[in-house]
Parts: sequence; C-alpha cells; structure tokens
Amino acid sequence: MSVSKSSLSIGDSKTMVVVDNLTRSQIVMYAGASGDYNPLHTDEVFATQVAGYPSVFAHGMLTMGATGRLVTDWFGPENVAYYGVRFVNQVWPGDTLTVTATVVSEITEESGQWLATIGVETVNQHGAVVVSGTAKVTLA
Amino acid sequence: MAVQKFPVEATHIMMFARAIGDPNPAYFDPESAEAKAAGGIVAPPTFPWASMQFDEDNPLRPKPGKPWFGSGREPSGETLEGGGGLHAEQSFEFHQPVRPGMVLTSTGREGAAWTKESKRGGSLAFTETLTDYRDQSGQLVVTARTVGVIPEVTPSKEA
Repeated sequence: MSVSKSSLSIGDSKTMVVVDNLTRSQIVMYAGASGDYNPLHTDEVFATQVAGYPSVFAHGMLTMGATGRLVTDWFGPENVAYYGVRFVNQVWPGDTLTVTATVVSEITEESGQWLATIGVETVNQHGAVVVSGTAKVTLA
Repeated sequence: MAVQKFPVEATHIMMFARAIGDPNPAYFDPESAEAKAAGGIVAPPTFPWASMQFDEDNPLRPKPGKPWFGSGREPSGETLEGGGGLHAEQSFEFHQPVRPGMVLTSTGREGAAWTKESKRGGSLAFTETLTDYRDQSGQLVVTARTVGVIPEVTPSKEA
C-alpha cells in the first residue's frame, strides 16, 4: 500500500487511540515478544517495594511501537524509511494513548523516491506528551 | 549490543505486533490484502528491538541457574550491575523492510556522549549507540540509534 504524492499536503493530519486503558498483561506481552523482561515493567512487587515506583510502567519501546501504528496504517509498514522518537514521560497501567501524525514539511525527492516527513506525538489521557518524534515515508 | 544471529520468523513478528496492540494483517496473514500490498509479511518498524531475544548477554532476561534481580520469595533478588539507565531516544533507519526469512546480525558502535543539567539540579549523562543490522548476504537492513541517559538523582515517582 502506498499513498500517492499528489494526495498529500503539508498539515494533513490523522489521530488514533492506540492504547485504551493499558493493562499490565499487555506490558507482559511486550516483555515476552521483545525480550526485555526488566522487572520494572513486569514485576509489581519489585517495582513498588524495591524500586519505589507507584506501579510497574510500560517499556518506552511499547509506546513507540503502539505509536507507529498510525504511521503504518496510513502509509503502509513497507514504506517506512525512518522512525524515531524521544521518550518524554512514563506510561502507566490504565493509561489511554492517543497519537497524532501530521505531514510537517514539503515532499522531497531522494534517490528517485518521494519522501514525506511526518511528525508524531502521543499523549496520555491527561494531555501530557509521552513520546514525540518523526517518521519518513516513501510515497507512490 | 551485538547479536550473532537474529532469525526473523513470522510467528515472532505476529507476537510482537500483538504486543504493541497492532492488528494490521500485513504482520501475520500472507493472504491478506495488506500483506499482498506490502509485498508479503513485513515486520513492524520497531521489531528490530526484539533482537534482545537473541542476545546471549541480555541482562534483562532471567536465565536458569543465574541470579535474577526481580522478586521471588523476597521482593528483590540480586542487584543488577550497571542498572539505573533510562531510554531517552530511539530511532530506526530502514534500508529495506524487515521480513521473515532474514537472518540478521547486529553490531553496535559507540556514538556521542554528552551531559545536560537536569531540572532538579542534578546532571544527566547521555550516551548514544548506533547498531547496524545486516542480513545473511551482508546487506544493510536497518541502522538503529539508541540514546540512554543515567540520571544522577533518583527517578521521579510522578508520571
């Protein structure tokens, strides 16, 4: 699936809820799939009694992965040339995450391919940014 | 992080996609319109992170007969050497999509290192690592950039 260059303009934007009421079980699923079994994410006893956090919290990479869904749904996973984020705030069980992706600059040509730059930002239910970043996608 | 052999398998991609909450059939159903449009099953962009599963020295995976720092009979077992670091930034540059059947090798190189004043008066030490993932024919598939940070002060307990 490719989005055509002619159908895209600066400022085009989409929004999607990618996590609704994050469960501890989803965090455990991510640990199992990724191989990051850090007890800060998977072990409530350790996270609260030893590390002093209010609960376990999500891997930043889980939030980055969930955020990427809006970009891959829009442009096709095979067309992602670059995807990068900064981790801004922690994500906790019960959080709901909403991603906004926006075309942020002119479409450019690089080695014969049209590329769009997409800004992505994910906020929690309080409106606080949890990750913020950029994707570059190839267009048809 | 260096991984000698990271075989990319369809079932692992399916499990990873489920874990990030992404139901796109391009990640698990080769007969779907989405997978056909993608030229076959493809991995989600952050999938290279799962190379941790194939890192022999991954300190964040419990191993039989080895001490583990999470809870068991007691709230904590052992102390993890070099713990306390947080993930500050991550990016992936794709030279080609990651697909089942690839056998990736990764090699890490040290990048920049810098410090920044934290808002709470301590200092934050940042380090950058660049990781190249190559396929079995030596072609570059992904270049990952990881920035870790070690705060001098205890992490905030607020979200």
